[in-house]
Amino acid sequence: MRMPLLRLEGLTKAYPGVVANDDVSFEIGTGQIHALLGENGAGKSTLVKMIYGLVKPDKGEMILRGQPFAPGQPSDARRNGVAMVFQHFSLFDAMDVAENVALGMENPPPLRDLARRIRDVSEDYGLPLDPSRLVGELSAGERQRVEIVRCLLQDPKLLIMDEPTSVLTPQEVDILFRTLRKLSSEGTSILYISHKLEEIRALCDEATILRGGHKIATCDPREKSARELAELMVGQVLHPPERPARPMGDVVLSVEKLSLKSNNPFGTSLKDISFTLRAGEVLGIAGVAGNGQDELLLMLSGELRAPSAQVKLKGLPVGHLGPNARRKRGLVSAPEERLGHAAAPDMSLTSNALLSASERKGLASRGFIDWSATESFAQQIIERFDVRTPGTHVLARALSGGNLQKFVIGREIELDPDVIVVNQPTWGVDAAAAATIRQALLDLAGKGAGVLVISQDLDELLEVADSFAALNEGRLSKVRPAKGLTVEEIGLMMGGAHDMHVAHEASA
Amino acid sequence: MILGSINPAVLMAALMVAATPILLAAIGELVVEKAGVLNLGVEGMMIMGACVGFIVAVNTGSPIMGFIGAALGGIALSLLFALLTQALMTNQVASGLALTLFGLGLTALLGQGYVGITPPRTPKLDLGPLSDIPFLGRALFTHDIVVYLTIALVGAVWWFLKYSRAGMILRAVGENHDAAHALGYHVKRVRVFAIMFGGACAGLGGAYLSLIRVPQWTEGMTVGAGWIALALVVFASWRPWRAMAGAYLFGGVVVLQLNLQAAGVRIPVEYLSMSPYLITILVLVIISSGKGRSLNAPGSLNKPFHASS
Repeated sequence: MRMPLLRLEGLTKAYPGVVANDDVSFEIGTGQIHALLGENGAGKSTLVKMIYGLVKPDKGEMILRGQPFAPGQPSDARRNGVAMVFQHFSLFDAMDVAENVALGMENPPPLRDLARRIRDVSEDYGLPLDPSRLVGELSAGERQRVEIVRCLLQDPKLLIMDEPTSVLTPQEVDILFRTLRKLSSEGTSILYISHKLEEIRALCDEATILRGGHKIATCDPREKSARELAELMVGQVLHPPERPARPMGDVVLSVEKLSLKSNNPFGTSLKDISFTLRAGEVLGIAGVAGNGQDELLLMLSGELRAPSAQVKLKGLPVGHLGPNARRKRGLVSAPEERLGHAAAPDMSLTSNALLSASERKGLASRGFIDWSATESFAQQIIERFDVRTPGTHVLARALSGGNLQKFVIGREIELDPDVIVVNQPTWGVDAAAAATIRQALLDLAGKGAGVLVISQDLDELLEVADSFAALNEGRLSKVRPAKGLTVEEIGLMMGGAHDMHVAHEASA
Repeated sequence: MILGSINPAVLMAALMVAATPILLAAIGELVVEKAGVLNLGVEGMMIMGACVGFIVAVNTGSPIMGFIGAALGGIALSLLFALLTQALMTNQVASGLALTLFGLGLTALLGQGYVGITPPRTPKLDLGPLSDIPFLGRALFTHDIVVYLTIALVGAVWWFLKYSRAGMILRAVGENHDAAHALGYHVKRVRVFAIMFGGACAGLGGAYLSLIRVPQWTEGMTVGAGWIALALVVFASWRPWRAMAGAYLFGGVVVLQLNLQAAGVRIPVEYLSMSPYLITILVLVIISSGKGRSLNAPGSLNKPFHASS
C-alpha cells in the first residue's frame, strides 16, 4: 500500500430535503488512479466539490499529506496541489487558450511566458494546443485539453477529473488514458469520476462506489466484472433491453444530399447529408458533441427548414414544413436539452403535454383547449412510463432529469408516430430510467415506426441500433449495419483522434 | 454656399466638448457590460451627477469638488441598482429603467433651488505654444482638463481590460459567470465594483454637462445623453477605442446639427438627432440575428447569476 495522499473521514453534506453525502470515508494513495463511481445523484459531484473547496462539508474532515485540509475556496485547494478538470462550465469561449489557462492558475506568469509553457507542457503530454486560439473555436476534445493543461501547469498532487471521456472519441480516450498513466507514474494521484465501467476497469487501481450519498464499497475494479460493478452502483439487477426480431418495412424517412447552415455562430453546418430510414428500423447516429447533432435534430424536427424535396416523409416532401406540420404527418422529435427545449420549465406537465400533442391528439378545437382530455393524456404518459411525480400539475422544472426525460420521450412515443427522432435520449439519466427509455424506443420500432437515435454513448447505440452512422464535422458517414461493428471502426467513423495521433506518435 | 460659414476648427473643438459627457458615461457602461451586467440607468446616474455636481460646486466654489461630488452621486445611485440586481436578483432591464426614472425625479427635487445660478468656472488647461498651432491648436488644444482626462481614461480602461489580471477576471465574469464561479472568482463582488465604476463615470459625464458644457442646472438637462451612451457601447461592440470614435461621431452629429440649424440649412434637425439611435437599432438587429458573438457581446450579459452550490 502506497502512502495515502488524501484521507476523507465521515464527510457529510446535506441540502434542504436531501442528504448528498452521508458519512463518506476513503483514502487516495500517492500516484494512485482512484475511481469514484456512481449514478447521477449519487453524490459524486458534491464530494469532489468539497475536496475542491466549492462546498463546505457539514461534518467530517479531510487529511492531505498528514495535515488537516479544509479549503474555504478553490484557490486554497489549488495552493495545496489539488486541481480539477470540470465536466463543463469552466471555459470562456470568447477568450483565448492562454487567458483561459491563466484564469485557472493562482499566480500565472506573464501571458507571453505562459504561452510558451503551454506549448511545452501540452507537447510533453501529447496534447497539442495553440495558446492564441479562441476557445469558442475549439472542438470538445481540444477544450478538454485546455482544462488538463491548465491543471498540469500547476504541478498538481491530486488531479480530479469529472466525467472526462463523455465528449471524446474512443481514440481520444486512449490518448487521455496514456496521459493519465504517465502522470500517475510520476506520482500524481488522480480521482477519476465516471459511470463508464469498462473505462474504470481499464484505467483505475481502486474504485469507491457511491449510491444515494452513501459509500457502498471500495474495491479493486479489475477484480470485479462490469456487471458486478453496475449492480453495486445501481443496487438492483439490470436487464438488457429485449429486441424481438422484426421485418423491415418501407422507407419512411429519407434525406438526400442536404447541406444546411447552422443557426448558431459556434455551431456546425450540415454538409451533404444522405440517409434513409425504414419502418421498424432503429438507426443510431454517433459522434462527438458539436459535430452537427443539434443541427441534424433541428433539421429533422422542422425547427430549421430545408429545401422541401430533400427531406421526405413516407415519400412526400416535408423539408419546408415547420415542427407542428411535421408532427401532424407523423414525424415527432425529442431534442437533447430537456429543460427549455423539450419542455417549458415553468409550465405544468399537463401544459407541456399539450404543447406537442394538441395536433395529433386533438386536444384543442376551434381555438379552445380541452383541458380534461389533456390532463388524462398527461396522466397516461406518467403511468405508462413510470414518471415519478406527485401529479400532472407539477412544474416541469421540479422533476429530476431522469423523470423529465421519461416524460418528454413518453409524450412523443404516445403520439404513435411513424418516425421518431431523439437526441441523447438517456443523457444524465439513471440506469433504470435509461433502460425503460431504450426499451420503449425498441417497442415503438417493433410496432413499425422508424426510430432515429442520435447519441454520444456508444454502448447505448450498440444496444439499440440496427444500423449505424457517425457525424463528423457536419458530415454523415455511410450507414452500416450495426452487427459486427467494432469500437475501433466506430471511432474511425467518428473522425478518429482528429489531429492528435500524429503528435502522440511523435512524443511516444 | 451656406456651409462655408462653419469654421472646421471651431466645429472640431465643439465636437470634442460635445462628445466628452457621452464618452465618459459610455466608457463606464462598457466596463459594466463587460462584467455581464446591463445597467439601463445611465441616464438616471448622469442626471444625478449633473445635479449633485452642480450643487457641490456652487456651495464649495470649486469645480473639482463638484466633479468628486458628481462621481459619488453616480456611485450612490449605482449602488441602489447593485443592491436590486445583485443581492435581490431583480430583473436588470426593469431595474435600470426604474433607476433612470428615479434619477430624473429625485434631481428635479434636489435641484429646485439652483435653477438660474451660474456655477464656478472651470479653467481651460493652458497648453502654452500647442494651442497656437494653426487649426490643430484651436481644434485640439483649447480645452479644459476633463476632455484630456477622459481620453486618458479610455486608454486606461483599454489597458485594464486587455492586459491586467483584474481586467481578465472581469471579462471572464462577463463571459461565463458559471465558469468563473467554478474557478473560485467572486462573481457578485466583481459585478458590484464594475457597477460602481459605471456609476462614477456616468456621474462625471453628467457634471461635465452642468458645470462646463451648458453650464447651468435645469431639470432633465441630460436630454437622452445617457441613452446615447448606452447605444454607443453596443455600436462600439464593447471596445474602448471604438467607443471613443463613436462618441466623436455622435458628438459630431450633435454639433453639426446645431451648426446647420444656425447656418439655416433646411433639413429637419430631427433627422440628425435620430441618427445615433437609428445606427444603434441597426447594430442591435445585426446582433440579434445571431451574429452577436462575432460582434464581441459578453456571453453572460444581462443573465442573472445565482450560485447554485
